[in-house]
Amino acid sequence: MKEMLEQIRVRALDALDAAQDSNELEALRVQLLGKKGELTAVLKQMGGLSAEERPVMGQLANNVRADIEKKLEARKVELKAKALEEKLKAEAIDITIPGDPVSLGHKHPMNKALDEAKEIFIGMGFQILEGPEVELAEYNFTKLNTEEGHPARDRSDTFYITDDDSVLLRTQTSPMQIRAMEAIKNPPIRVLAPGRVYRKDEVDATHSPMFHQIEGLVIDKGITMADLKGTLVTLVKSLYGEDAVTRFRPHHFPFTEPSCEVDVQCFKCHGAGCPTCKGEGWIELLGAGMVHPKVLENCGIDPEVYSGFAFGIGLERMAMRRFRISDLRLIFENDVRFLEQF
Amino acid sequence: MNISRKWLKEFVDIEATDREYAEIMTIAGQKVESYARMDDEIKNVVVGKVLSIVRHENSDHMWVCQIDIGENEPVQIVTGAQNVHEGDLVPACLHNSYLPGGVHITKGKLRGVLSCGMLCSFAELGLTQNDVPGAYADGIWILNDEDCHVGQDINEVIGNNDTIVEFEITNNRPDCYSLLGLARETAAAFNVPMKHHEPVVKGGGKGNLFELLDVEVEADDLCKRYCAKMVRNVKIEPSPKWLRQRLRSAGIRPINNIVDITNYVMVEYGQPMHAFDYRYVKGVKIIVRRAGEDKELTTLDGNVRALTPDMLVIADETRPVGLAGVMGGENSEIADDTVDVVFESANFDGTSIRKTALALGMRTDSSAKFEKNIDPMLTLPAVNRACELVELLGAGEVLDGIIDVINYVPEPYEMPLEPEKINALLGTNISTEDMIEYLRREEVPVEGMTIKVPSWRPDLRRMADIAEEVGRFYGYNEIETTLMRGATTRGGYSKSQLLENAAGATARALGFNEIITYSFVSPSIFDMVRVPADSPLRNTIKIQNPLGEDTSVMRTIALPSLLDILSRNYAHHNKSAKLYELAKIYLPKDGEPLPEEPKRFLLGSYGAKETFFSLKGEVEALLDALNVKEHEYVAITDHPSYHPGRCAALMIDGKQYGILGQIHPLVAQNYGISDEIFVAELDFTELQSELADERTFKALPKFPSVARDLAVVCDEAVTVAALEGCIKSAAGKLLKGINLFDIYRGTGIPEGKKSTAFSLVLRSDDHTLTDADIDPVMESVLKALAEKLNAVLR
Repeated sequence: MKEMLEQIRVRALDALDAAQDSNELEALRVQLLGKKGELTAVLKQMGGLSAEERPVMGQLANNVRADIEKKLEARKVELKAKALEEKLKAEAIDITIPGDPVSLGHKHPMNKALDEAKEIFIGMGFQILEGPEVELAEYNFTKLNTEEGHPARDRSDTFYITDDDSVLLRTQTSPMQIRAMEAIKNPPIRVLAPGRVYRKDEVDATHSPMFHQIEGLVIDKGITMADLKGTLVTLVKSLYGEDAVTRFRPHHFPFTEPSCEVDVQCFKCHGAGCPTCKGEGWIELLGAGMVHPKVLENCGIDPEVYSGFAFGIGLERMAMRRFRISDLRLIFENDVRFLEQF
Repeated sequence: MNISRKWLKEFVDIEATDREYAEIMTIAGQKVESYARMDDEIKNVVVGKVLSIVRHENSDHMWVCQIDIGENEPVQIVTGAQNVHEGDLVPACLHNSYLPGGVHITKGKLRGVLSCGMLCSFAELGLTQNDVPGAYADGIWILNDEDCHVGQDINEVIGNNDTIVEFEITNNRPDCYSLLGLARETAAAFNVPMKHHEPVVKGGGKGNLFELLDVEVEADDLCKRYCAKMVRNVKIEPSPKWLRQRLRSAGIRPINNIVDITNYVMVEYGQPMHAFDYRYVKGVKIIVRRAGEDKELTTLDGNVRALTPDMLVIADETRPVGLAGVMGGENSEIADDTVDVVFESANFDGTSIRKTALALGMRTDSSAKFEKNIDPMLTLPAVNRACELVELLGAGEVLDGIIDVINYVPEPYEMPLEPEKINALLGTNISTEDMIEYLRREEVPVEGMTIKVPSWRPDLRRMADIAEEVGRFYGYNEIETTLMRGATTRGGYSKSQLLENAAGATARALGFNEIITYSFVSPSIFDMVRVPADSPLRNTIKIQNPLGEDTSVMRTIALPSLLDILSRNYAHHNKSAKLYELAKIYLPKDGEPLPEEPKRFLLGSYGAKETFFSLKGEVEALLDALNVKEHEYVAITDHPSYHPGRCAALMIDGKQYGILGQIHPLVAQNYGISDEIFVAELDFTELQSELADERTFKALPKFPSVARDLAVVCDEAVTVAALEGCIKSAAGKLLKGINLFDIYRGTGIPEGKKSTAFSLVLRSDDHTLTDADIDPVMESVLKALAEKLNAVLR
């Protein structure tokens, strides 16, 4: 009997090892351990054993059953894993097939450049202000220290709405300096005013009768030209990278004094001179200056107490440089093949 | 303003390459726009001497010359010109030489005879007869009288060994529209002394100036000063070579000695001058007055100019003889037989001159200088300089004395030097001594702590002006870069800017690309989108002086701009386009000088996937993102721009906030689009006052919801909104949602009817719903649908 049990054990373990799927395992379980199974059949013969042999054989039979059950369980796990592996293999796909298309819209490159600038200045405590495009000559010129008869006021340069030249399409975002000072009244003032401006230029690769500017204005006690420089250097580095080199050179605007223009060193030739920078090694970026004391007085701010700076940036030029756009007309043409590149 | 570096050297001596010069001047505040060598275009052309000249063996009109070019061996050059003789000095273009216009000369054979270059005319060297009076025009330029030697570079002979520097002069510096002004700036920038020259006139010409001429300035508001001197017994002839070459370097055509002198002085001093032929000044009197009754004047260039009464003219007793500060009159022009000359050196009002030049479309060198309002102190030295040059050239006899009419009180301007304030403004720590030194360099003297502002610097009036001067010579780039201190401010977007950002982000997430369009449009847009003739939308802000009809009015609707861009994309064969724009419109406001400028948010699309309902879904998503409160859509059948059966108004509390739908096929046709176009126009500015309460958390439902589907058959005319409304009111508060999932017409449904299927979501907040709760609800829904809308269960 002992031999029979050992035989069953050996055969069972071999058979279980050979089983290929869970159905075979189940069949073996019934065949070996079921009510009519081989082990049960052997156990039924226990009655014919002596009292000494019976517990020994019982013990053995239990061991055999336990071994078979253990093996059965192990094989179940193995076969399940194998089945899963095969299923996954069968489910493999060609991952080079393109994804289902989802069309995402794109921000216009100019507003993309504008938003970058806005974020930089918001970080420095500037608020964003907007104002009218159809503007009073009073704000666009007079209060900005640009007297009657100044060439910028000519009808060849400025679009006028009224016969008496008192209403016009603003030629710059600088009237927002006046509007900001009038609205906020008490410094500190830190304002960024982007918007459309209009000048009588025919359309070509670098000109448009409508374009965009960003005006910046800071008024507070003790604001210096060094602060103006620091602020604009921060802007340039944020836009064009930490290694961007700037240059400040004297210039003239009626509403700032001292005034300057800011150049950035040519990205292509690093100052050596190339076609991109017209051989100068520098590219003009923006105009700026310390707010003219007359302008402060025009807005009821005492220039003996407060000082400030202002700057104006041409947005198209900035965006064109930022995204290497070759022709200004593309910006207003709005071809989707252009828009989707940004 | 263009200046010659050679000419500049007469006043300030500096050692710098052209590039260094440009860089240093730019940094010091006189921006150099460009610079160019005058000898850029001519290369390898030298003075040659004709050693021998013989007939070409195969030609009856060509000559073979042996030319000495100062080298060991002469070169052989074949010429077709007939004016060359043995011993002549000629311009020889050698092998591999260049002439203006990119002409490249190489050696070659002419009818079998080797020619190692070419002899050339003065025109081929870029010169005109005015530059070389007396030279023979139709052949080789003979250089025998040109003071040159064999082998010399022709560029030296014609004065091309020079650099022309172009400066961008800012409006506040009229003094820099002159060689002297820029010499002063150069001396200051390089910190070297300037060589001044005080004109000296010998005079002594026969006659009494004050008996021969009288000057009366009637228009004393437009003429601050008028200086006149006379020269008698002039000999009109070409100017000497040095003077002609200087004018050429300034881009001015030499005419004759007298006219050339006035132009020379204009370049040097920045003071425009004029020379009249004395015999045509009738009544021996010059009157500076407004044109008044006089209607026209023929100017020097032979054009008849129509005068307006306010234009300033120079007149004699009978008629205008010149357009003040712009151009002289033909009737008093210097001619070859002129004997006596009046030099005018006057100061005219800049604005008046500018307006006249602009009105007549004739901006001259002279008017361009006057319009900057030049220093009235210049008139005297300028006229003296002209007379000095007359004497130097031996061109005539200068009369003693000067007529000098002064209509203003010269007020020397003085102001204190305020070093602390300057340093506070610049953020620097510059010593008082350094400040005084910077000012001295540019000839602005400081006595004690008082700045004596020179007459040519009207831009120096306040501390800030002086700060700029100090700053630019200290060096803008030497000023520290600091970040602002002081009270912090709260930066950021306003509420409505945040909403704009959200709307844009949502539109992009929905696949729309942002566009930017012009805000001025053509008045024809209203017809293009079929706006009725009497619509108030046609009341626009008009531009008085537009570039053209296409950009002549400010838009009151943004739709045409969008359609224009859709149309352009369609024309470019882009299969589909989804576009959005946040666009301002400009609405005139009665009694106000400025219009309202509200914003519109537009979505527009064409393409295979686009339908009314795809657009409506996108609008819903947008309104959700903006958190717009409860709204509904009402069919619009009479909007002229939209399809009458596919157009809806967005309504909130009975007020319209936008419109969406398919563009009317006639409008689409106007824009050349044969596809269906879908557009939504939202009144973005107005919509901002219709936002729902800020979103706050609501507890998630504790009990499950139950869905019941329902399909009813009703008349075609019954709208989904009507069915939904009926269901809602009949179902009561257990109903949490209705989702339309099918509309069916066809087999099994009678003609003129449709089957509409909804899924109703029901839920209770306090227990799990059972059939006992739901069945009565469904019964009352069905009853209401049947009774109110004649819609029966399918």
